[in-house]
Amino acid sequence: MIVYDYAFAPFVDYGFMRRALVACLALAMGGAPLGVFLVLRRMALVGDAMSHAILPGVSIAFLGFGISLLPMTLGGLIAGLLVALAAGIVTRLTTLKEDASFTGAYLLSLAAGVLIISVKGNSIDLMHVLFGNVLAVNRESLLMESGITTFSLLALAIIYRSLIVECFDPGFMRSVGGKGAIAHQLFLMLVVLNLVSAFQALGTLMALGVMVLPAIAARFWTKNIDIMIAISILFAFCASFIGLLLSYHYSLPSGPAIVLTAGLFYVISVLLGRHGSIATHFLPHKHYTS
Amino acid sequence: MIAIGLDNVTLSYNRHPAVHHISGRFEGGTLTAIAGPNGAGKSTLIKGIAGILRPDEGRITIENAHHERIAYLPQAAEIQRDFPMSVLHMVATGFWHRTGGTGTITPGMKKKAVQALIAVGLNGFEKRDLASLSAGQFQRALFARLLVQDASLILLDEPFTAVDAGTTAQLLAIIRQWHAEKRTVICVLHDLAQIREYFPQVLLLARECIAWGDPAKALSPETLASAAFFRDSWHANPEVCAL
Repeated sequence: MIVYDYAFAPFVDYGFMRRALVACLALAMGGAPLGVFLVLRRMALVGDAMSHAILPGVSIAFLGFGISLLPMTLGGLIAGLLVALAAGIVTRLTTLKEDASFTGAYLLSLAAGVLIISVKGNSIDLMHVLFGNVLAVNRESLLMESGITTFSLLALAIIYRSLIVECFDPGFMRSVGGKGAIAHQLFLMLVVLNLVSAFQALGTLMALGVMVLPAIAARFWTKNIDIMIAISILFAFCASFIGLLLSYHYSLPSGPAIVLTAGLFYVISVLLGRHGSIATHFLPHKHYTS
Repeated sequence: MIAIGLDNVTLSYNRHPAVHHISGRFEGGTLTAIAGPNGAGKSTLIKGIAGILRPDEGRITIENAHHERIAYLPQAAEIQRDFPMSVLHMVATGFWHRTGGTGTITPGMKKKAVQALIAVGLNGFEKRDLASLSAGQFQRALFARLLVQDASLILLDEPFTAVDAGTTAQLLAIIRQWHAEKRTVICVLHDLAQIREYFPQVLLLARECIAWGDPAKALSPETLASAAFFRDSWHANPEVCAL
């Protein structure tokens, strides 16, 4: 019964906890597979840049409508897509590489976003936008998050092979006339969409947490990309579940609790994972005969 | 069969020509090596033929390109070797012309991919992941993918770099087989002895076409000396080409 009281009763007793958990499930299923591709494409930091890029749009919507789901979502979406597009154009047409062009774009966005909020709002508004609040998820935002997850899973299924081949061997993709660049742009759009979806729960600063931390942790447990995606979803959901409980029992802010739990999964994987972890590095192994 | 016409082709980077006013023709079904010193424009020309670079001037015509396939093997550097993928899956991407981005990889295709692996001497490697292959094994796996692509025009850019003699011989045999099957093959290569032994045609390149034809004649001491003369002759502020 202790286990029940600790781990399940909060979700049974309180609607806001249930909604938070379902929201996290949606975010895990939508975001974690994209995180795997971000990591494999060496774009984890680009993901970070994107998560800041949505800020000006959210801020402008906040100026116009206050804290309101739809305008802030649309604003974030438009800003994120514009920044992704602009950074993509700079990457393709100039000598700057992707990391540099995205960093340029995100620093501009972050500064602009904070400036815009500060013009009208107070520091509590700023905190809300930067860090979110998963416990305040209501029916509408839950529907939106589930919708975005459904859409992005379907879209990912369609571009899956293109994305893998484009990621692994872009030269081959070009030579067979595959639409690698389109798959890449679509993928970036999905990333933006999921970051916007996660923004209400975790804020712009930590939306990337449930997307990328489980993915880099999963890398240590398998060499098969399909299984890697499954593990990252599992990690993301477990981290959310545990994080929510910690937040409930010890009155911790939920976003950081979830992201820190995901971070714990990551640290454990770095130390003890099956492939390429610190443990495999140091444990004595007898070599095989061939 | 695919023939390729080069009509006064210039390909350049930042207006500096890497390939300068080249004309000529790769006949359908021929096996041609492209030789020349470093920086001679060999890879640039092959990228132009593959359609990755556009000529600044002149035209590259690929006859029958709409009906037949082109396979291009770039220099190894572009490939992310630690990607979590099995050897069989990598070879099966060669079926892109049949599957596209969403089509199913059928059991028949898998069987063909396994046969291709056997043909390059990698039997039993299907389930290995790419990261575990040596450079030479990886190059063989790429040849297996070329086999699966079943293309009429095959472009190879220094395919034997970091490959041992035995493997090179095996891969050369595959290239000869493609030639026997009347496919058009163009291969960038440094080893002049290999070219003389295995290639009926050679294009000796040093930004411009120095010689083109039978290696016995095209690779003479005079042509090789004039190719070496062009090496690395780069000017910071050249004049605009009037041709």
